[in-house]
Amino acid sequence: MQDLLNIFVKSIFIDNMIFAYFLGMCSYLAVSKTVKTAMGLGLAVTFVLTITLPVNYLLETKVLQKGALQWLDPSFAELDLSFLSFIMFIAVIAAMVQLVEMVVEKFAPALYSALGIFLPLIAVNCSILGGSLFMQERAYENIGQATVFGLGSGIGWLLAIVAIAAIRERLKYSHVPAPLRGLGITFIITGLMGIAFMSFMGIKL
Amino acid sequence: MSTEQKPAKEGLFSKKNRALLIDPLNSNNPITVQVLGICSALAITVKLKPAIVMGLSVLVVTTMANLITSLMRNMIPNRIRIIVQLVVVAALVILVDQVLKAFVYDVSKQLSVFVGLIITNCIIMGRIEAFSLGNTPWKSVLDGLGNGAAYGGILIIVAFFRELLGNGTLLDYPVVDMLGLYDFGYKNNGMMLLPPMALIVVALIIWVQRAKTPSLIEKD
Repeated sequence: MQDLLNIFVKSIFIDNMIFAYFLGMCSYLAVSKTVKTAMGLGLAVTFVLTITLPVNYLLETKVLQKGALQWLDPSFAELDLSFLSFIMFIAVIAAMVQLVEMVVEKFAPALYSALGIFLPLIAVNCSILGGSLFMQERAYENIGQATVFGLGSGIGWLLAIVAIAAIRERLKYSHVPAPLRGLGITFIITGLMGIAFMSFMGIKL
Repeated sequence: MSTEQKPAKEGLFSKKNRALLIDPLNSNNPITVQVLGICSALAITVKLKPAIVMGLSVLVVTTMANLITSLMRNMIPNRIRIIVQLVVVAALVILVDQVLKAFVYDVSKQLSVFVGLIITNCIIMGRIEAFSLGNTPWKSVLDGLGNGAAYGGILIIVAFFRELLGNGTLLDYPVVDMLGLYDFGYKNNGMMLLPPMALIVVALIIWVQRAKTPSLIEKD
């Protein structure tokens, strides 16, 4: 239990997807103009991360890793399919996003129309594929840890995009030097927020 | 297919085609103007060498992906185009990843997950969606080359300043030490090595670029 809590807090604050790794920056910059849409996209990303990570974890440990296919036949012990992981992960993500889109459309039409175009675009959000690749690199021990890592990363991403959207709403009333307006000042603020988030780095969990 | 192979009436490097290649370098820069491909760009600019390798990888993938999708553009059904594009790009990235692992293993280790993230790099998907699905292969190749080079250019500028100011080296060559600046009390600024400084360096590049080309300034 403690290790799960550990991973959860760590993935939200210390290994924050945006401030530590800059993943999902494109939609982070494009969709952070109002808090409402930022919230919607953040929730969708959290949801997709939480369901794709366990699936990709099973794929990685039961199919792709070296000797992972042993459960099928002992003669596969030397088989190493990990070079296929990019294409498998992205296929799972694209399929999951499609599935989520259909389910949401069927059972929660209000949420579906609120998310609009952002839902299909999550397939190409770097933070989703990044989550799966970090999971592969860090070699989590069981599916629970992988799921909690997905949930935590998603919440960290949500936190970041809502915070920057709130700041950008206020920023409309300030006098920014003309060449920095819009993109430039958003970059600088994200950098400053990143520095603030670095203060969590000293925490030992 | 025969209609696509028709040799272009205009010269290979006509004015229009040259613009495809050169525009991304300044007025239509993928990073500072189109805001594409920032995701995997910033985390690998601590040192010059990984940045150069990353820039080259993205250049190869954008060019090839643009070429392939442009060749297939009349055959891809519109509804499943995202998946087709992802498969083409993922296959190319696997090739790049294996080449990097075989020939520059240490850099490949440094880039870690960011090679894989070229798949979801918005530059590649963005250029395929916006350009190569509607243009002939040769133009798409030029567009891919231009955008890839512009992306690599920004990476190299950012990495140059971060490595020089943060580490006092360039490509691991101790430049500042050679100049003897340490004798005058010069200190490396370790802060440049922290991830957030990449964002601030890019913001400064945007500032300089927009101050020079006022037409790019955003209106609120």
